[in-house]
Amino acid sequence: MNGELLPAAVFFGSIFTGNILLSNYLGMCSFLSVSKEIKTSTGLGAAVIFVMAVTSLLNWIVYHYLLIPLGLEYLRFIVFIVVIAAFVQLVEMIIERVSEGLYAALGIFLPLITVNCAILGVSLFMVIRDYSLVNSFFFGLGSGIGWFLAIIAMAGIRKKISGAKIPKGLEGPGITLIIAGMMALAFMGFSGMINIT
Amino acid sequence: MASKAVKTLITPLGKENPVFVQILGICSTLAVTNKLENTIVMVLGVIFTTTLSSFTFSILRKVIPARIRMMVETLIIATYVIIVDIVLKAYMPEIWQQLGPYVGLIITNCIVMGRMEAFAASNPPGLSLIDGLASGIGYGYVLLIIAFFRELLGSGTILGFSVFGDWWTNWSIMVMAPGAFFVLAIFIWVVKGRMEE
Repeated sequence: MNGELLPAAVFFGSIFTGNILLSNYLGMCSFLSVSKEIKTSTGLGAAVIFVMAVTSLLNWIVYHYLLIPLGLEYLRFIVFIVVIAAFVQLVEMIIERVSEGLYAALGIFLPLITVNCAILGVSLFMVIRDYSLVNSFFFGLGSGIGWFLAIIAMAGIRKKISGAKIPKGLEGPGITLIIAGMMALAFMGFSGMINIT
Repeated sequence: MASKAVKTLITPLGKENPVFVQILGICSTLAVTNKLENTIVMVLGVIFTTTLSSFTFSILRKVIPARIRMMVETLIIATYVIIVDIVLKAYMPEIWQQLGPYVGLIITNCIVMGRMEAFAASNPPGLSLIDGLASGIGYGYVLLIIAFFRELLGSGTILGFSVFGDWWTNWSIMVMAPGAFFVLAIFIWVVKGRMEE
């Protein structure tokens, strides 16, 4: 049913109307723990964009050319997570050899990404929504950018409120969740523009 | 021995609760709690997975080489999640449809792997089983409380039965994304406030 969706619609839809973090809650764990500083958030966000875009492409190919012909769709959880883990490992090794600067900036975030549920979530959504190859790539890319935007915004806001007086029980995760709720409210303003589900 | 088992059972329910103290596994906490019925199914799935994964990993803990430990952990979890997925698909197709990718995302739920790393890796199978079960329950009851309020305020129902009747205006924000963030934040606030006393 989503065969006719334009790649551009999927791309913008996954950034704004269906933001993977704010409307599907994926990647909350690292979102809450890493968003303390803008610099680290940028690093993690960039790594997420890259890994998400490529793994959604890889998983689409594996799913449609390997699992479906063999009738092994039910193994997709294991296969997807292995593809993601293997890819992350590979990228880490390549980056380490090729560029020290990039490794210093992104290297430490890569292992964290394997267990980031947003990455696996994108691959699973792609299967459920029955995207084409091109749309899957743009969905992965858009979701990554959406996640990046959300974590940068959160890091910025958290920096602003670092000196504020917050009720005792709300310090830390509590206030972060409330801010995330407000951001989700703001992003709901986009809903209705494009429907990608 | 017996007292240690009891202690293992009780700590994850209160002062080391995975959700509101360790802030783990938030993704699914937020995503599935808009209806109580879905939440119950999800909670049972998580309890099943975390109990048996901890148990299995604890049995194998001495034969797994340290270098591939994470990979083996992921595969153990994925195996149990596939079982949950197939059973749900066969017996509760409607709920399976609504939960969508979130069943698969139990794999990346930090609670499961967190308990394996933190507890099952250094404890005998029996205790690990109890720890897995207790963490699952500790996670589950928080989800149920949140789902209770979200469904009650958002749809005016509990488990689909109308509670308030016609005069009630649904707080539709509660069943949407921002509501989840706010309810969890308030929950953490209340619990932390009580703990300080």
